[in-house]
Amino acid sequence: MSQSLLPTSIPGMVQGAVHLLTLLLLPPLLPGLINKVKAVIAGRSGPPVLQLYYDLAKLSHKRALFSRTTTWVFLAGPIGTVAAGVVAGLLVPFGHTGTPLPFEGDVILFAYLFGLARFLTVLSALDTGSSFEGMGAAREVTFSALAEPALFLGFAALAKASSSLSLSTMLLGPGIGAGRIAGPLILVLVGWTIVFLAENARIPVDDPNTHLELTMIHEVMVLDHSGRPLALVLYGASLKLLVLGAMLMDPLLPRTTHAWQNWLVFYAGLGVLALGVGLVESMTARFRMTKVPQFLIAGILASAFAFLLLLV
Amino acid sequence: MNLYLCAVVVVLSSGVPGLFLRRRGGAVAAVLMSLGALLGVAAALWVLAGGPVQVFALPPTPMGAAGLLTLDPIGALFALPVFLLSACAAIYGIGYRDDHHDNVRTLRLFLGFLAASLAFLVAATHALPFLLGWEGMAIAAFVLVMTEDRQPEARRAGWIYLVCTHTGTLALIGAFALLFGATGHWTFTALPRGFAATGLGTALFVLCLFGFGLKAGVMPLHLWLPSTHAAAPSHVSALMSGVLIKMGILGLVRLLSWIPDPPFWWGATLMVAGAVSGILGVAFALGQHDLKRLLAYHSIENIGIILLGLGLGTLGKSTGHPVIQVLGYAGALLHVLNHSLFKGLLFLAAGSIVQAMGTRDLERMGGLGQRMPWTAAAFLAGSWAICGLPPLNGFVSEWFIYLGSFRALGSFRWPWSLAILAALASIGALALACFAKAYGTVFQGLPRTTAAGAALEAPPTMLVPMGILAGACALIGLAPVLVAPALDRVVAGLGNGASLQPVALLGNLPRLSLLALLLLGLALLLWRWLRPLAPADLPTWDCGYAGATPRMQYTASSFADGLVGGLRWVLWPKVHGGQVTGTFPVDRPFASHVPDPILDRAAAPAFRFLALGATLLRFFQGGQLHIYLLYVLLTLLLLLLWMVV
Repeated sequence: MSQSLLPTSIPGMVQGAVHLLTLLLLPPLLPGLINKVKAVIAGRSGPPVLQLYYDLAKLSHKRALFSRTTTWVFLAGPIGTVAAGVVAGLLVPFGHTGTPLPFEGDVILFAYLFGLARFLTVLSALDTGSSFEGMGAAREVTFSALAEPALFLGFAALAKASSSLSLSTMLLGPGIGAGRIAGPLILVLVGWTIVFLAENARIPVDDPNTHLELTMIHEVMVLDHSGRPLALVLYGASLKLLVLGAMLMDPLLPRTTHAWQNWLVFYAGLGVLALGVGLVESMTARFRMTKVPQFLIAGILASAFAFLLLLV
Repeated sequence: MNLYLCAVVVVLSSGVPGLFLRRRGGAVAAVLMSLGALLGVAAALWVLAGGPVQVFALPPTPMGAAGLLTLDPIGALFALPVFLLSACAAIYGIGYRDDHHDNVRTLRLFLGFLAASLAFLVAATHALPFLLGWEGMAIAAFVLVMTEDRQPEARRAGWIYLVCTHTGTLALIGAFALLFGATGHWTFTALPRGFAATGLGTALFVLCLFGFGLKAGVMPLHLWLPSTHAAAPSHVSALMSGVLIKMGILGLVRLLSWIPDPPFWWGATLMVAGAVSGILGVAFALGQHDLKRLLAYHSIENIGIILLGLGLGTLGKSTGHPVIQVLGYAGALLHVLNHSLFKGLLFLAAGSIVQAMGTRDLERMGGLGQRMPWTAAAFLAGSWAICGLPPLNGFVSEWFIYLGSFRALGSFRWPWSLAILAALASIGALALACFAKAYGTVFQGLPRTTAAGAALEAPPTMLVPMGILAGACALIGLAPVLVAPALDRVVAGLGNGASLQPVALLGNLPRLSLLALLLLGLALLLWRWLRPLAPADLPTWDCGYAGATPRMQYTASSFADGLVGGLRWVLWPKVHGGQVTGTFPVDRPFASHVPDPILDRAAAPAFRFLALGATLLRFFQGGQLHIYLLYVLLTLLLLLLWMVV
């Protein structure tokens, strides 16, 4: 094999360790930041930025309750979401800081790991036999059937532009974001922003804060979880926000000379992303359910046009 | 080769002792079939591990040349699932019905006959044994489909199958005649360069695509497939879906192995057929309420994925891109093996459910996961694999095809591979929806009928085969490196002599295994962290409503409604009733179903029309012998006149 399985050099190991720590510890900060932005814009003081950390600490000491209807599959959703999220996080680069485990084709595994998380979440929702959770599960699989092609068409465009199949080269390779790739890249990012908002259950696709379960997608699937499983669900959702957010931001981050500067740039980028999501959520309302497919098809079209632009 | 032939004979005779035994015929058949399968798998693995290609020449036939059986890597790869699934089906069959039931002895006899025909067919490299094996397979399968011949549904399915398979055989006889015309003998050999581009080459390709496509169930030619798979006993469905339809793929693979320079449009045609089969197969599966029909449509979908891989490989071969060729073919061939494993598993699990429930209707099930935990785990493993999710085997074969089509993005003049990518991504997302629907409605929630509430777990003889198949799925998924050398040998048989890169290197398989194990390890750690679990002693928290009933659950139809509605321009679902009026509406019946587009909307009306025309001809066939003799005489006279003039 030309590639070794794990990083071998000392700087590589340090980078890997920082990557792993960021991946494991940082995610709960993002929802806190987004909520703070929303609160400030709405003129409230809002919950503390670290609120999700407190919630996770509290939940991990609470007893979990289980419905008589459930089987072991009920736990597969929370476990699968976190496990798949962590593995996917090892494949995506966090800015120009190197990826711990890059390889040709990791992009396919990356996408399928989210598919796995979705499959298990949907099954654990259906395990309760609740009509609300069935509703959320049905919506999730319906909308993701439209989000998946948008994601893959975007990958195809970037793979063609960079002649590579590894996320770190596709998102950060030399020449990405410059010259004739700039136009298609913008379109890909537009498509992926739509995928990002849909996959992370954000406004305008889904509203995590509503108190009407009939209108929700992701939150309604996890209604029955409590205690440690609920902690995993919340943590898994924030992990997904970080990982997909990194994928979305990477092509826009400038390259600097030192490794620590690259990390700073990445963290600043995350802050900007949280600000952006908070702004979108403050300024728009959630779409009617029937409008969501149209929004997602716009994402497919943007990615497809990006590919077309690369052909001419 | 002697080992392989022994295996075929043992498998062939597996059902015979059961004819004379009053009891335990099923156990004897299972033992014989497993023994034969062990021999056969050993012979196939020997060839796949790099052993010499085995040849066995049959005595000369009246057709002039000697018949020939050759166990080459291509044949050996297809022989593996044949033997594995036959043994699993035979073990599973022990618990199917007791010995005194009408057709159980016939069922066992012909199960052995089917397995032996399949094993004979994969090794046939001569037109005559190939057609013998092909017909043996068709007839055995027909008898097996008719096992439940008291039900009109099974009789109709068997009849449609018989018509379709013979139409396909007719096309194949034509194809082999063309082959004889081109090479001068009936043995399968490489065709000369340039032949594929001629008119004869085109005719050969079209005939093969029709004949083999009909067997494989490629989308417009799939009309026999759903009803046959639904009506047959479940272990027969497993064998049919797992290996019988793959014989169509075997035929196409053999064809491609003879052609050193396939034209570009061959690859493009295979690819388009694959995309159509794949997307429409899964779309129609979404609309089904019958568990086994749903699985049957998924077979069509997976044949589509295999054709996408074959098409990609052929595109690579015809344009001189060996990397794309290797990845496309490797993905397609591995998917042949993988689909046999997980679809066999799913049909066996479905069989246990049907036996426990007495119905195939999804809407009558629910909550079986608590009553049949092992069957549920088996079905979940099968669903997981068929959706192509890591870390099971379905992901590995789709992985190769994805890699190949990503690499091909800049290689062809038109973005063919973008279509493959888009098709694969949509198939993946829709398959996930469909299996979430199937698993969710069958195994989860509350039982929808009293039968579902009283269902019992299947006996161990039914669970063990499922365990074997699930284990094989996990093994290939976690350690795909194990199958890589075998794939290399098979793919080399499809090349044109040029040296090719190994798939393990192209596919980064060690890295894939590492990440799969990491995923598994993380999941285990988290599982440990969640334990000990509190007892499940509460009702579902239905947003404060504690009196949830089974009728309030989402049904299979309502789960798929969004997608079926979005795809109604291709599915044409039929809806009856359900209109409520007034302020206080009364109960209204509601039903919806998705009929098959080809069989129910095109073929059946067309044949009804033909049958109407045929009644006019009945006048000439009055059943009186002397009139028929008169016809013979008149015909002879006419022929004589024609010769003279």
